[in-house]
Amino acid sequence: MTALFYTGSVRPASSAHWQKWRDGLFGTRLNIFITLATAGFLLWTIPPLFRWILLDATWTGSAKDCAASTGACWAFIGAKIRFILFALYPPELDWRPALTIGLIALLLVITGTPRFWSRHLVLLWIGTVVTVWILMAGTLIGPSVPTGRWGGLALTLLISVVGFACAFPIAVLLALARRSKMAGLRTVSIIFIEVVRGVPMIAILYVAMLLVPMMLPGLSPDAFVRAQIGLTLFVSAYLAEVVRAGLQSVADGQAEAAASLGFGYWTTLRLIILPQALRSVIPALVNLAIGILLNSTLIAVIGIFDLLNAAKNAANDPVWLGFYDESYVFVGVIYFALCYSASRYSLWLERHLRAAK
Amino acid sequence: MRAEQNQSHGWRTKIAAGLVAAATLFTGIAHAGPTLDKIKQRGTIKVGVGTSPGFFAPDGSGKWQGFFVEFGRALAITVFNDPDKVEFTSSSPQQRLPALQSGEFDILLSGVTVTITRAFKLGFHFGPTIFYDGQGLLVNKSLGVTKGSDLDGATIGVQSGTTGELNIADFFRKSGHKFTPVTIEDSNEFLKALESGRVDALTQDASDLALRRTLLKNPDDYILLPERLSKEPLAPAIAAGDDRWLEIVNWTVNATIQAEEFGITKDNIDTFLTSEDPAIKRFLGTDPSLGEAIGLDPKFAYNIVKTLGNYGEIFERTIGKGSPVGFERGYNQPWTQGGLLYSPPFR
Repeated sequence: MTALFYTGSVRPASSAHWQKWRDGLFGTRLNIFITLATAGFLLWTIPPLFRWILLDATWTGSAKDCAASTGACWAFIGAKIRFILFALYPPELDWRPALTIGLIALLLVITGTPRFWSRHLVLLWIGTVVTVWILMAGTLIGPSVPTGRWGGLALTLLISVVGFACAFPIAVLLALARRSKMAGLRTVSIIFIEVVRGVPMIAILYVAMLLVPMMLPGLSPDAFVRAQIGLTLFVSAYLAEVVRAGLQSVADGQAEAAASLGFGYWTTLRLIILPQALRSVIPALVNLAIGILLNSTLIAVIGIFDLLNAAKNAANDPVWLGFYDESYVFVGVIYFALCYSASRYSLWLERHLRAAK
Repeated sequence: MRAEQNQSHGWRTKIAAGLVAAATLFTGIAHAGPTLDKIKQRGTIKVGVGTSPGFFAPDGSGKWQGFFVEFGRALAITVFNDPDKVEFTSSSPQQRLPALQSGEFDILLSGVTVTITRAFKLGFHFGPTIFYDGQGLLVNKSLGVTKGSDLDGATIGVQSGTTGELNIADFFRKSGHKFTPVTIEDSNEFLKALESGRVDALTQDASDLALRRTLLKNPDDYILLPERLSKEPLAPAIAAGDDRWLEIVNWTVNATIQAEEFGITKDNIDTFLTSEDPAIKRFLGTDPSLGEAIGLDPKFAYNIVKTLGNYGEIFERTIGKGSPVGFERGYNQPWTQGGLLYSPPFR
């Protein structure tokens, strides 16, 4: 592509390439200084890190073998990977959280493929959310597992996906209400959105954990469900603003044209407005999804073993005491892989949609 | 049982019983053990624990292990004769007391320090102390410090939300010295602060410091001062207003302590079944009159010790010399051996 518009010098491409690098790195005195400082910093930090991660690391064995070496103890991850991924879930039923992770991954891949975009996606989401919930709880299919024992990567994915899925319809309604001509509806929506966005998520979690059972003694749902509802409400306020931005991007003429063809409010919304509105805010939605995934680590404050909290507690086991660095590095890589692939996907999709237009 | 008796006493008693029941609803002061009813109906005991190595931590298969956890299992044996009918949930120091109040937990076994404010103003009842701790100071040896008052002008790390924060301030106010507190939220950061020299000393429950000292790169460069700045009796806590539940907690703990005093262990307990000592007969339930009188399984103490061992065995297995944690018994020995553990008589 770029070759078509290339109007530079006739110097061979490789040489021009080198020239650009040399100017960038050593062009001015300031650039030379920055380059040397950066190189010095990398030389100072990378080799010890490399030694810690690879050369001096212990790959198999027990905590005693690890204590004898100065490198990372990856044997710890080997011994604890089950706990980090599934936490307190009964080990004999490990296939359930494993299948949950698989189903959620499949759901995300299908949702991310433009070829599958249709109204069936809504059914797929409802179906998957219900399935994974039943799978984890074990209702109907065998020994039931209380929510207090759910945990690890399975829980982190579950709470994020369920939160996003349940927040979506609420967010659409809030966004519509905020643009509504009915003053009462509009006020309620504005108050909800602004109040929720005006407090930190931890505050909402504490309300869900501590105040709700006091207000509804004996009637309040279990702790995990309350946390899930708290997260859902929190997400819905942010999501509502994203959806509203999408609605605003659809020209008024679209709705007017639909009205002139005799379409009602909901039909217009479903067939004309929402598909265009949502398509235009996909990057913002992906961004928000990353935010939810990272925010979900806050539920550790109410004693739930999400991925991060499970990693922390893995190193609290007296047999494998103190391998916090390894544990955090490991889950750090998982979080990074999830978030980085989501952001790369978002970039790809933007290009893809632009090309499709 | 009680309801049947009431019926045989006619309408007067019925009205009185109704009034008492109504009063119970409003005041929360109960005689019949609403917590126990709730537990029996649910089929499990809900226990709030913390996260501290040796005291409470899930193992690789996700099963909770630790010193306090074992007392949760002991309770399940008293109530259900099944050590697994108990559900552990971890809870942060800031959150655990409100969670107990709201009924989220039936009991906290998370190492709560007994204090007068918590007993009077916050409305909690405490069972017997199951671990006697005290606040200690972990200092860098190179400072040449031998006692707390040598730390004049030092920078000291404390963990937020604990009684440690208040105790260290009291300690320095008393000695008239100055110090700079550095409040640290995360327990891993805590140790890093000492290692990196950001603080001169750390203060925290001595048991915790002893354990964390072993995690330092060069443990021998640091010393845990013998001085204790405070008393930290750690006890089970329940919401006030349920005497029956409190007594079940009390005597479950007492059973483990009494067993050690008798010299009864997990392995030798069956040899005591033929004992003619009336005290041991009452304790093990070979003479069932005691259990019948108090409305518990006469063999509850036997079941606990047979399954989990006595206090000493639980201690050694989870935090004592037989575990990677490696604590000394210290005050946590029977009174007959110079410690503070003392069970009232089983009679």
